[in-house]
Amino acid sequence: MKYLSSQDIHQFRNYILSVNGEDVSKCIQCGKCSAGCPISPEMDLQPNQVLRLIQINDPRAVLRSSTIWLCASCETCSVRCPEEIEIAKIMDTLRKLAVEAKVPLGEENVVKFDEIFLDSIRKRGRVHELELVMRYNLAIRQPLKDAHLGPIMFTRGKLNLLGHKIKELGRIKEIFRSSKRIIKGQE
Amino acid sequence: MTESSHDENIELLTYSEVVDVKGFVGNFDVKIRKKPRYVDMTKCTGCDSCIEKCLTFVPSEWNLGLGSRKTIYKPYGQAVPNVPVIDREHCGHFTTGLCSVCSKICPAFAIDYDQKEEIITKKFGTIIVATGFTQFDHKVYGEYGAGRFKDVITGLHLERMLDTAGPTGGHVIRPSNYKEAKNIVFIQCVGSRDESKGHPYCSRICCMYTAKQAILLKDHFPESQSYIFYIDIRAGGKNYEEFVKKAQREYGAIYIRGRVSKIYEKGDQLIVRGVDTLVGKQVEIEADLVVLATAVVPQFDAVELAKILNIPYDQYGFYLEAHPKLQPVESVTKGIFLTGSCQFPKDIPDSVATTGAASVRACEILSKDELILDPKVAFVDSEICSGCLNCLEVCPFDAIETKEVDGKVVAQVISTLCHGCGNCAATCRTKAANVQGFTDEQIYAQVASIFEVLKKEKLLEVSE
Repeated sequence: MKYLSSQDIHQFRNYILSVNGEDVSKCIQCGKCSAGCPISPEMDLQPNQVLRLIQINDPRAVLRSSTIWLCASCETCSVRCPEEIEIAKIMDTLRKLAVEAKVPLGEENVVKFDEIFLDSIRKRGRVHELELVMRYNLAIRQPLKDAHLGPIMFTRGKLNLLGHKIKELGRIKEIFRSSKRIIKGQE
Repeated sequence: MTESSHDENIELLTYSEVVDVKGFVGNFDVKIRKKPRYVDMTKCTGCDSCIEKCLTFVPSEWNLGLGSRKTIYKPYGQAVPNVPVIDREHCGHFTTGLCSVCSKICPAFAIDYDQKEEIITKKFGTIIVATGFTQFDHKVYGEYGAGRFKDVITGLHLERMLDTAGPTGGHVIRPSNYKEAKNIVFIQCVGSRDESKGHPYCSRICCMYTAKQAILLKDHFPESQSYIFYIDIRAGGKNYEEFVKKAQREYGAIYIRGRVSKIYEKGDQLIVRGVDTLVGKQVEIEADLVVLATAVVPQFDAVELAKILNIPYDQYGFYLEAHPKLQPVESVTKGIFLTGSCQFPKDIPDSVATTGAASVRACEILSKDELILDPKVAFVDSEICSGCLNCLEVCPFDAIETKEVDGKVVAQVISTLCHGCGNCAATCRTKAANVQGFTDEQIYAQVASIFEVLKKEKLLEVSE
């Protein structure tokens, strides 16, 4: 069985290095990232396994994993890594790569949530919780998932039906425009 | 130690430190500061009655604060020489002036509060550096409690506890409540193999002493259970691998491949959260005691001593050998030898072996009447030398001295110290300093003859 050859083993590692400056080959596989990760029990690949898969040039497995989408970017791993590898930063890069590569995503719902969340921000400058929950539940085809909570929260004044808008919405839009410019500039 | 204190060819200078070293191989002038121990070594019989009667207790350094000692004390039971020393900083006589119990009780009248520091200069032929190592301070690890948790200790603390003559009489207790510890978690590579803490090297000794401690724990307390978090087991040595296997198979030590990310308190237990990377799952262990295998680091004053001895050291402060394979116990400075963990982390067999090698190398020099040296050293033509002494400034080996010729001060090379680096030759304005075999004339002649050959072979086109 052909496993690895020295010619192509560093391809994916080199790519990650060129995109965000993080060198995965420094990883000694101590596992401290996985040990401290608050979400690791939910992940299909442990953070150290993600790094290992990059080391052995297996982007297929990495980009399809749920790990990259479940990562909360709390950066516990980055802070405690003895080799000072910013693992949370790598996860961020991998999320971007996964969307670009159009592979089947490990956690579709996370992406849907992110899109709805950002859309809400773009329109209002802040999140409208009711809209977010309803649109998200529709998107994942469970429209009544949180319905039982609605009346209780409403009577306690926790839900706003119409939502707020911030005053200078133009400046939020400017942020969205410039981040798009930055992404385009990188490419 | 005891044997060496009785040997007539060995003069033991304890409680002393090297202040300054001048000279070169065969002729080292060493200045030594003899600190006052306030006990006359010639009179003291080592009866210990002063220690018994002393009134002041302070934490014991030997037991790493786990026990206490008196202010007149011997560092440990088998200390050589068998003479106590007074800790001036804490002693009642020096702090308040009221106490003089030890001097009253001493049957040999050996206590002398008026002893003064003494600086002596002695001549030596060779020097062997064996200053050892110290422990990494794990307080920089916030995730391991930053020193706040009393039950997070180091391997050396556990070593003291396992000693039947130690502060706990051989019982392994929890420093927080003095109860017996049952579940003991070992964490390997604390500080070492950690780029972020500045010690990327392997400490070499931890894997083996942890296995030993796990065996001893089970041996002394069959109810105890050891868990060992490791990254790699480095058991390279005679019977080392078998020893670790023994700890795993016969003594039930549970080895978990992974690192601990956090230790936190829950009630009076410590919860250790790590990972088993081979399974790919997080592990949480309720521990009574957590033992950190802290890194071997150089002594805090290692760099200072290196400057006194004029020997090179690496980025961590470990002393550098002349050649890692062919001259492993020699330093670059001739006549100075290295042994033990001042060079890099070494275990006992390695330290014993290098000590033997260093002593023989030192004796080799002393056994001959003449010293054979590398001829490629610098020399100064005293007729040309203007006496600017720029060479003296740039010499990294202190190999330049001054002499007077016809009322003029000129530079002179101490050929035993010179390494032929050529710094002086490059600096010299009058071209008085040169390296044997590499004088300007010789190098120009070589270049010229190469040109001749190249021209003859038509390998070089010369455009006029």
